[in-house]
Amino acid sequence: MDGASTLTRALRGAAGIALLLALWELTARSGLVNAASLPAATGTLAAAAGMLTDAGFLQGVAETLAAWALGLGVAALIAIPLGVAAGSIAPVRHAVNATVELLRPIPSVALIPAAILLLGRDLDMKVALAAYASAWPILINAIYGVGEVDPVSRETARVFGFGRLGMLWRVILPAALPLIVTGVRIAAGFALIVAISSELLAGGGGIGGWMLERSQPGVPREQLYAGIVLTGLLGLAINAGLRLGEARLFPWRPQARVAA
Amino acid sequence: MNEPLLAVERLTVIYPGRAQPALADVSFSVREGELVSLVGPSGSGKTTLLRCVAGLRPPSAGAVRLAGRVIDDVPPDLAMVFQDYGRSLFPWLSVHHNVELPLRRLRLPAAERRDRVTAALSEVGLADAARQYPWQLSGGMQQRVAIARAIAYRARLLLMDEPFASVDAQTRADLQDTALEVWRAHGSTILFVTHDIDEAIYLADRVIVLSPPPGTVRAAIAVDLPRPRDQIETRGLPRFAELRTEVARLIRRA
Amino acid sequence: MTAGARRHPRRTDADQGTWTGVALRLAAVAALVAAWQVGTLLAADPVFWPTAEVIAVRLWEMWIANPTAWVEDGMPSLARLLGGWLAAALAGVAIGTAVGLLPWLSHVLEPVMAFLRSIPPPALLPPFIVLLGIGDGMKVALILFGAVWPVVLNAADGVANVDPTTRDAARAFRLSIADILTRVVLPAAAPRILAGLRVSLSIAVILMVISELYAATDGIGFRLVQAQRGFRTVDVWATVVLLGLIGYALNGLLAVLEARLLRGQRARTGGTR
Repeated sequence: MDGASTLTRALRGAAGIALLLALWELTARSGLVNAASLPAATGTLAAAAGMLTDAGFLQGVAETLAAWALGLGVAALIAIPLGVAAGSIAPVRHAVNATVELLRPIPSVALIPAAILLLGRDLDMKVALAAYASAWPILINAIYGVGEVDPVSRETARVFGFGRLGMLWRVILPAALPLIVTGVRIAAGFALIVAISSELLAGGGGIGGWMLERSQPGVPREQLYAGIVLTGLLGLAINAGLRLGEARLFPWRPQARVAA
Repeated sequence: MNEPLLAVERLTVIYPGRAQPALADVSFSVREGELVSLVGPSGSGKTTLLRCVAGLRPPSAGAVRLAGRVIDDVPPDLAMVFQDYGRSLFPWLSVHHNVELPLRRLRLPAAERRDRVTAALSEVGLADAARQYPWQLSGGMQQRVAIARAIAYRARLLLMDEPFASVDAQTRADLQDTALEVWRAHGSTILFVTHDIDEAIYLADRVIVLSPPPGTVRAAIAVDLPRPRDQIETRGLPRFAELRTEVARLIRRA
Repeated sequence: MTAGARRHPRRTDADQGTWTGVALRLAAVAALVAAWQVGTLLAADPVFWPTAEVIAVRLWEMWIANPTAWVEDGMPSLARLLGGWLAAALAGVAIGTAVGLLPWLSHVLEPVMAFLRSIPPPALLPPFIVLLGIGDGMKVALILFGAVWPVVLNAADGVANVDPTTRDAARAFRLSIADILTRVVLPAAAPRILAGLRVSLSIAVILMVISELYAATDGIGFRLVQAQRGFRTVDVWATVVLLGLIGYALNGLLAVLEARLLRGQRARTGGTR
């Protein structure tokens, strides 16, 4: 894989993006697809540039990000201590594993209708759902991370006289942290999906609400597609930022090979 | 002086589900200030023995005494250098903080901690690497950090579990001499486990030979080689060759 | 969207397969159901928080013992789900294999794919409806788009990391490209591909549900949103439980399939992995 230089790779990547845009432009202009359903790439990108200063769209982004961040934060506050406890104490682990097995198969978006009934259509509902969806990956990775702490690390700490608390604080938490943060990164993706889903369904605010308005009949489509482009870039930025943070925080971990 | 620092008394370890004991009736002792090597073929329970001495594993029968007290948990004044340096150093701590970590547990004042760490690191020749991280160092340097950690801790008994098994020959020779210097400078007591017969003889006052499983003490051989030892001179002595033949015979005789 | 945990096969507790483990898990399940029952009884709010018993009865009437509901809503949902997921599996293995074998192609597609998989799939619902209408095609397309990435990434990684000796051996015996692909490369990459399929299945379930909640005329998700609009809370909870059971069953089926396939592979490769 490393035969090509960074420059070659960058050029090839740029060619890929250019190809995608050209394909899009051609499809839209050829009349293969109804022009009213698929605007041209050029028009969409122009609309996207305009939206970067559009107060309405930016407010939507801010609302979605607020729900996303709050949900992720609540999930981390609950799931990390619980996961560490479950990783360290066998009976807690059994109870938590059983709960995970029971509740995790329920697709998080299936809870949106229940949450709308119980919590209304406000920020609370979005935060609760985002927290629910993102708690699982964090919890599972925390349990796993604690289980994976190297036995030699534990013995080293024991030989130098550390007790349970010292071991937890000085060895187990630092050793499990990289996996916990990976869990948070995975959860971040789910939280964004659920936040936008609940906005689409509850019909209020955020990126989802904004898209909902732009998909009404008679509204020019450029902004709708531009919204997708910008949301994709936002997701890309969040993921890249979290990955960079991981690489900076835990330089001893081999770089995750794939972004699965 | 009469009572040994470490006494292993009829130590037996049986792993559940296995017919043959890992260690059977092992007895020996180590005097204060002595450097004793423990050699044996693989599977002779060397590591198990060391883990019992460190209090990491309870014996099935028999006992281990440190300064007269039976070891039932990890004793205080004891330090260990593991074979797997890559896993016994903490990757999230710099070299300095790795060495300092056990000292924090001792609740020493910050200034003393700093002094001890600096002194220990310069003793192993790593004064300049204090701010680096273990994963940035070579295997040999990582093992020096582990030795520095044990020095700074100032344990009465230092256990070394095949510490130089996974480094190259030149580095191994350097590390052996570092270990000898540390031992002489601090008058520490060292129990050194290895499967390398030459290494065992080169370092030790006495070599304890374990048999193939179930591990028992086959012999304890006094190493009457002059000190200070030298990689080329000592190993070239006729007596060195005699000792290594003797130890090799003992190990081989099944 | 991502599956870091996948790289680390979950370590099973030593006692999890034993009878004690099974008993412990059953006890935990029972405790959870009991906790819901007690909690809802104490809350005494049967409109919003029906008891476990009420939900179970409704689940039975509304879905399990109701063939009409299966035909009218269950089957369409499962067909969309499996259709989209299988399409994602095929497309994902094809793209992933190509990308894994051809470094230049992976360089070309990397940025594009990184962007596409960063789009939260539900955000695509409005434009997909504009483009494809609200029919099954739209739903299958949405599932395909969202569920394809884990398969692509895992297949590419699995294929790119096939042991070079294995590949060289295959070439030394002058096997045809097709044989190398189907008999050497894909089997060697199979564990990673299956791991990707597992992640993509759970994404497919999510997208099946959200697309039916958002715009549909039948399906389990459609029933769910109808129940919500009619304030039939018990129906909502019963359907949520049903979706959980479906997810659980599908995961179980996939695990069985995976065990079979990989056991066959281990036998073939002499258990080296």
